[in-house]
Amino acid sequence: MWDFPLVPEQASTVAPEVDHLTLFILAINIGITALVFALLFLFSIMYARRSESEVPPQYHGSMLLEIGWSIIPSLICLVIFIWGVKVYAEIIVPPADSTDVYIVGRQWMWKAQYPTGQREINALHVAVGKPVKLTITSEDVLHSFSIPAFRVKSDAVPGRYTTMWFQPTKPGTYHLFCTEYCGTEHSRMIGKIVVMEEADHQKWLSEKAELGDALQGRKLFSKLQCVTCHAGESQARAPSLEEIYMKRIPLALDKGSAVAPGTTVLADENYLRESIRYPSARIAAGFQYPSIMPAYDESLVSEDEMFQLIAYVKSLKKGQTPTRIEQTTIPSALGAPAVRK
Amino acid sequence: MSTMLDVKTGSGAVGASVGHDSKVNYLNHVNTAASWFLTLDHKRIALLYLVVTSFMFVLGGAYAGVIRAELITPKGDFVSSDFYNKSFTAHGVIMVFFVLIPAIPSVIGNFCLPLMLGAKDVAFPRINLISWYVYMAGASFTLFALISGGVDSGWTFYTPLSTTYLNSNVMATATGLFILGFASILTGLNFIVTIHRMRSPGLTWFRLPLFVWAIYATSVIQLLGTPVIAITLALVGVERALGVGIFDPRLGGDPILYQHLFWFYSHPAVYIMILPALGVTNELISTFSRKPVFGYTMIAGSSIAIAVFSFIVWAHHMFTSGLSPYAAMFFSLLTFSVAIPSGIKVFSWLATLFQGSISFDSPMLFAYSFIGLFTIGGMTGLFLSTLGTDIHMHDTYFVVAHFHYVMVGGTIVGYLGALHFWWPKMFGRMYAEFPAKISAILVFVGFNLTFFPQFLLGYMGMPRRYHEYPAEFQVLNLFSTAGALVLGVGYIMPIFYLTWAAFFGKKASSNPWGATTLDWTHTESPPSPHNFESTPVVTADPYDYRVIQKEGALVAH
Repeated sequence: MWDFPLVPEQASTVAPEVDHLTLFILAINIGITALVFALLFLFSIMYARRSESEVPPQYHGSMLLEIGWSIIPSLICLVIFIWGVKVYAEIIVPPADSTDVYIVGRQWMWKAQYPTGQREINALHVAVGKPVKLTITSEDVLHSFSIPAFRVKSDAVPGRYTTMWFQPTKPGTYHLFCTEYCGTEHSRMIGKIVVMEEADHQKWLSEKAELGDALQGRKLFSKLQCVTCHAGESQARAPSLEEIYMKRIPLALDKGSAVAPGTTVLADENYLRESIRYPSARIAAGFQYPSIMPAYDESLVSEDEMFQLIAYVKSLKKGQTPTRIEQTTIPSALGAPAVRK
Repeated sequence: MSTMLDVKTGSGAVGASVGHDSKVNYLNHVNTAASWFLTLDHKRIALLYLVVTSFMFVLGGAYAGVIRAELITPKGDFVSSDFYNKSFTAHGVIMVFFVLIPAIPSVIGNFCLPLMLGAKDVAFPRINLISWYVYMAGASFTLFALISGGVDSGWTFYTPLSTTYLNSNVMATATGLFILGFASILTGLNFIVTIHRMRSPGLTWFRLPLFVWAIYATSVIQLLGTPVIAITLALVGVERALGVGIFDPRLGGDPILYQHLFWFYSHPAVYIMILPALGVTNELISTFSRKPVFGYTMIAGSSIAIAVFSFIVWAHHMFTSGLSPYAAMFFSLLTFSVAIPSGIKVFSWLATLFQGSISFDSPMLFAYSFIGLFTIGGMTGLFLSTLGTDIHMHDTYFVVAHFHYVMVGGTIVGYLGALHFWWPKMFGRMYAEFPAKISAILVFVGFNLTFFPQFLLGYMGMPRRYHEYPAEFQVLNLFSTAGALVLGVGYIMPIFYLTWAAFFGKKASSNPWGATTLDWTHTESPPSPHNFESTPVVTADPYDYRVIQKEGALVAH
């Protein structure tokens, strides 16, 4: 019971950076606090009242001292701020070769899904030395995905995606906590981050292999009839989705809206999700407001399925949009006329 | 009425005459229920507030007891999850809104402000009384919400949990707080007008006691900020009742909008809590070292600077919410800027003590405690304003420790120091010094034992608002609960010896501490109903100890 640690393990590339900054701020804290306590103590002894009629010299101030003790702390704060931004930049900018993993939080559990189809609940298996980028959302209330050993966390916000990344440096099992109060079982919304050697991780992935997100997404794309309008042809009723991920999309102007000419939007995960949930929010140039696309809410496309659709759109290359059903050949035994072009 | 004599003494203040019959005072001149519950006397209103805020403090403390008792063991075995969640919500709501925000302004401010200004009362005595009734109405709603099932949203009421998912008494609590906000607004308005319009002749802005500057800055924040929380709570109510979809993403709303609105008030609110305590500390340090507060102009200016800057840093509560990194950097930089004016106050106090004549009466022990605990609390805020470290520490016990250091180690300790300091003035009787010293020491020791381990727990990653926790966090939680017991004893003691002293304590002179401000030099202990025999004329700075006024003699001849 007496064996308790004081600092969490450093298990990510960013953890030592955060700890160094913490030590620096701690040193300043201790320095200034010690100075204040020491002077309080010292002055109390040196200047304790000796007699009831004692009247000390009545100074009022010293411009030099006051400017000094305003400027020096300001400079110290500036240094801390700049170092803080430097570490922050490392915390929030993922490397380009990060593996994507999607996280959905809901009362009171975490779901993790790899684009290659592996799924887990309240756990995340990752490989040591490989960067991982998490795209996170919530199905209900605010949650927060926190890994103290990696020194990172990000809120899970319903209605949008937030991202975070890490690169584990040490195999082991680490705490996963929900750190945004989310109701009754908030303190039970915890899990494990399991960091494995890469070979073990590959083995784990193949053991848990299922159909990948992109393939599931293609099935949804057909089932939900997206292809009716997003047919990938020049005369289609909706924009082609081939290779649009992370492209700049010019927006259509709306007579009543505030969209200025030339406004563009970056087609990231948040925009793709918004376009499915709220199709009339921001429409691509060449099409009219309001959108003819129906809105797909949680009952039609759950958050898990949303990740699959997005994975599919991300994977869609030129010429790969599926064909519409009426373009396929109908067997003559069904007695239908020849297929229309 | 005796003749007012226009004589300059060493302190430059012109005095009223002595020999006035000190038996008739604001406490005893009339004693019907109506004379208390319909009083227009700011001093009686201060005592009305004293009673209710003390009650709320004990209630909020009881909920803290539930929290610390549960956290003795890693498992959630003392109370159910729902009861625990309701307990920390009640603890936060009661302490923030019903104790920390009103305590010093509505008790000490109400009592002392007109006395320090040489005024008969505040500018709007009826509004002053109304504000107490508004407080009572807000308290009643909130207590009703707590008794009839409780609310488990956290004192922060984050959406969409509070608007869409909870089945507890969110509406009743939000209504209670909406009503309560008006007490804050009315008090702020009253004090601002009082300070502008009711200073006695010769009392220019830069001759005001620094406590008045602090109250002024606080009142500005109360007036400007409280309407925002009122509207925010109203929006929560509208969303809950009508399902409008302001904060509900399923209807196109934005949960983060709520956070911006909430923190736009709630960050300035924490400065409503600390500024008056900083103001009190000026008076204590000066009086008990017999020196003027060093750097008067900078201290006055820093209070105003804190009030202004407090409105532009709110999103430092939201660094992990998905804010744009550029917004985060902006708010981080501004948050450092609000730390500097607080820091220079501490340095000024040290310079005030330098070559002073220091006595260690119990109010001074509370002031020392304040300086020590506020310094630690303020310095640990640096970890949270720094982006690189805040991501790790956000929503952990580190934050809990930080804000308890400043709000309890700061505001409550400052409030206790103020109560002890002004108690002889309020009741004309002195409390027993020995238990007061013990209480001050127990509060300091118990407080550190309770909350210092929480910094460590937070860095280890223990999240806030957790009913259960991993076993490796138990030892530090045990220390924390043990400290809470010591702290509790330190808090309960004054309830007894101060109350006893109010009725049976040794009679106090009008200026037992040898202070220099008008509330001490020109009023009796307790003051007469209209405070002053005749309006004092001020011709000098507020802190001049060259003529020590003690032992009850008002400045004479």
